[in-house]
Amino acid sequence: MKAAPFAYHAPETVDDVAGLLAAHGDEAKILAGGQSLIPLLALRLARFGHLVDINRVPELSGVTSENGWVRVAAGTRHRVMERDATVAGRVPLLTRATPLVGHFQIRNRGTVGGALAHADPAAEYPAVALALEASLEVRGPSGPREIPAAEFFVGTWTTSLEPDELLVAARFPTWEGRCGFAVEELARRHGDFAIVGAVCGVRVDEAGVVDKAALGFFGVGATPIRAGDAEAALIGRQGRVTAVDLAEIARLATRELAPSDDLHATGEYRRELASVLTERALTRALSEATDG
Amino acid sequence: MDEQTLRLNVNGEVRRVTVEPRVTLADALRDECGLTGTHLACEHGVCGACTVLLDGEAVRSCLVFAVQAEGAAITTIEGLSPSDGSLSPVQQAFRDCHGLQCGFCTPGFVVSMTALLREQPNPSDEELRVGLSGNLCRCTGYQGILGAARQVIEAGGAG
Repeated sequence: MKAAPFAYHAPETVDDVAGLLAAHGDEAKILAGGQSLIPLLALRLARFGHLVDINRVPELSGVTSENGWVRVAAGTRHRVMERDATVAGRVPLLTRATPLVGHFQIRNRGTVGGALAHADPAAEYPAVALALEASLEVRGPSGPREIPAAEFFVGTWTTSLEPDELLVAARFPTWEGRCGFAVEELARRHGDFAIVGAVCGVRVDEAGVVDKAALGFFGVGATPIRAGDAEAALIGRQGRVTAVDLAEIARLATRELAPSDDLHATGEYRRELASVLTERALTRALSEATDG
Repeated sequence: MDEQTLRLNVNGEVRRVTVEPRVTLADALRDECGLTGTHLACEHGVCGACTVLLDGEAVRSCLVFAVQAEGAAITTIEGLSPSDGSLSPVQQAFRDCHGLQCGFCTPGFVVSMTALLREQPNPSDEELRVGLSGNLCRCTGYQGILGAARQVIEAGGAG
């Protein structure tokens, strides 16, 4: 239950982080909040010759507002997200997802970039990033590049990041106008990984007609999953909750899901749960968009 | 790997410890500083027994390497008690309300509850349950612990 030996590096600039990753390749691992990595090391499920701690890199921390986007530097802690007024005002779905990430002691250390790069299939942030079409800023040996969230999550704990690349920031598009957002999940105990969760965003135009919709799941596959057919079916409908056939949207959203069985739940149960959570999330998001 | 000498600020006192980078803050506190009030059970971030304050915020000291804590103000359960040997308001409430039995989880609960009530002095029952959900107790049962929290809230806070 103790980590295997490693060499510890604590660089203070992104350039130095990139240099260390270039020098050590897949022998090196980024240490951000450590709330997933350190358990993996302690359980000896993973070992690395070099840990590159990014906690002392000032440019990897903080939230900034850009035209149409909110940029969250990768080392920004969950607790900062929970309290940040810019995030609450411009990407409320992130603010609402954050208290569901672990326990507050975990959120005091855990980072946004860590949660995205760790890519746990039952985690909240990857599903939010996918549903909102976030863009991931990456720094590698050949310079910076951007990866759309839809191309970032590849499998369980696996992303399209190369071993010598660093996730620098996530940029979330802001939604203007009459919008509503909701996160719904079921976990055995608050702070545990969800058995299944759903994230939802809707926007209605001046006539109250849905003109934008985002719906995503976590805990139902190896990656977060976006429900494109259900989103398309919402567009052009009156956004009042009573005007939407919630059961039909939930059916469209979940018909292609094929979650597997595990210790916590059967696949069949998960799919049914995804349907229930879709209806709940949609009800809350539509109510918010049409009442506000 | 090579040991490093660190200066850790623990309970207001600077301690020099020489450890490998892989040594967790929890192990450094217990084995190098002799502060065995911080308990270690699961060692992978599930149980909360090893909770300490890092710059005033509750963290699991098994999920922080000691080398990462250099430069931060670390407060352990020993640092929460007044120096005259009396009990902190949270500790006193645990004693009054039968919030502990074997006592193994107690330091983590006391540190977590202290941080929680300093930040949220008047939580609802639901907020209290959520706030304490990151600490496991396997013998007392949680009602006494929740009762202790309510006593602290009614008596004016965690101090």
